Amino acid sequence: MSEPANTASTDTRPAAGPDWQPRIIGFLCYWCSYTGADMAGTARMKYPPNVDIIRVMCSGRIDPELVTTAFARGADGVLVCGCHIGDCHYITGNHKTMARMPLLKRILLDLGIEPERFRHEWVSAAEGEKFSKLVAEITEQVRRLGPLDWPGLMRTRGVGHGMDLKAWGE
Amino acid sequence: MSTNPNTATPAAKLKIAKYWAASCGGCDISLLEIGPNLLELIKIADVVFWPCAADFKYEDVRNYPDGYIDLCFYNGGIRNSEQEEVARLLRRKSKSLVAYGQCAADGGIPALANLKTVKGIFNASYHDNPSIDNPAGVEPQPVTPSEYGDLEIPRFYPQVLRLKDVVPVDYEIPGCPPQSDRVWEAILALAGGQVPLQNRNVKVACFDKAVCDECKLEKRQVRIKEFKRVHTSIPEPNWCLLEQGYLCVGPATRSGCGALCPQAGMPCEGCYGPAGDVVDQGTAMVSAIASMLDARTEEQAQAMIDQIADPVGTFYRFTLGSSHLKARK
Repeated sequence: MSEPANTASTDTRPAAGPDWQPRIIGFLCYWCSYTGADMAGTARMKYPPNVDIIRVMCSGRIDPELVTTAFARGADGVLVCGCHIGDCHYITGNHKTMARMPLLKRILLDLGIEPERFRHEWVSAAEGEKFSKLVAEITEQVRRLGPLDWPGLMRTRGVGHGMDLKAWGE
Repeated sequence: MSTNPNTATPAAKLKIAKYWAASCGGCDISLLEIGPNLLELIKIADVVFWPCAADFKYEDVRNYPDGYIDLCFYNGGIRNSEQEEVARLLRRKSKSLVAYGQCAADGGIPALANLKTVKGIFNASYHDNPSIDNPAGVEPQPVTPSEYGDLEIPRFYPQVLRLKDVVPVDYEIPGCPPQSDRVWEAILALAGGQVPLQNRNVKVACFDKAVCDECKLEKRQVRIKEFKRVHTSIPEPNWCLLEQGYLCVGPATRSGCGALCPQAGMPCEGCYGPAGDVVDQGTAMVSAIASMLDARTEEQAQAMIDQIADPVGTFYRFTLGSSHLKARK
């Protein structure tokens, strides 16, 4: 069957240029993963600069809404790191993460976001090397997938195209 | 002297309008559900446009001066170009535009079609379904030539939009459908001048707290052992449905309905949209559910999550259009 004639074009976004760099948001817990990233830095391990790190006090504080917000506002990938199970500074903070993130992953999958764009890993304070490898890996995977550009996608589908209008009396 | 800032003189009646876009029609019925108060309504208001109940044409609305309509209820999402055109027209002619019901406010059930492509929707509607007899493979075309000139039908949009995605909205009345008692209170407040006609995206006819706040079922502070569904087992009465393992979206849902469903043994489906200041109802529910699981290891957690049949359809049933991501890629 051919494409129905009654369809407005869904994707008219220009292709990514050669200068395009993946933009990945990393949510790292203060006690283990951020310290692990810090260790990677002090040990002068080399890894791509594409992950913007946001430090939170506990991975249990990472509301799934933060992840969807990151994608909705233009992130190409999201990385969530916390302490290993049993190591949580707040005893059970990461027990919530271990259930939230897989469930969120299913939702993202249903919404067409490739599973490679969202990684959820445990990184301890001693695992600087694991962190640098993880960043290199997700950057490479996202680079291969290309830009996600959710805001651009929504614009091409008409979200917000009446925002130039004014309400009565304005 | 007039003490009501929303009408010109004390004797002046409010001019109200109601329009039906991509929705089931339940919103029109919910306004009729105010019952005997309809007689009160016509005492304080004149209907100047309501295609479902009275014979007005678009041309009548076009001939009204700008701002002629005081209070316009718009129910339904924006699925095609006609609905957007009427939304823009009514915005120009109305002092106050109210997104009435969940489809106009948050996308509602029609926005679940955002999980499919236009091609997929057309395929299911015109080609591949047991009840379809269409051997020639006919599909509606936006323009059809005829001896009287080109005939046009509205363009089908790639995704369902909320009313506020296409025009500025003053008030939102959530619910599928909105409870008539709350609606009547809101109409009285607007008609009586207690609240201004102009505002921006303010939710009325509902409360800020979650459905759980209104629900009388008992919480026993236990964790979810396994997920159940209403067609496979019968819930124990007077006990929180979520704790029993039924996916009740009450914790993430705005109250105002009186928690009717859970108290009748049906899990909340989330028809009033996200509670309080929450934007994304689905992720709020992911957060709530995941912290209630009786799982000690990652494998146990994963096994329980695999029991959930349709996370997007369950958690975003009425709010996919207002979630952060809004649609499938």
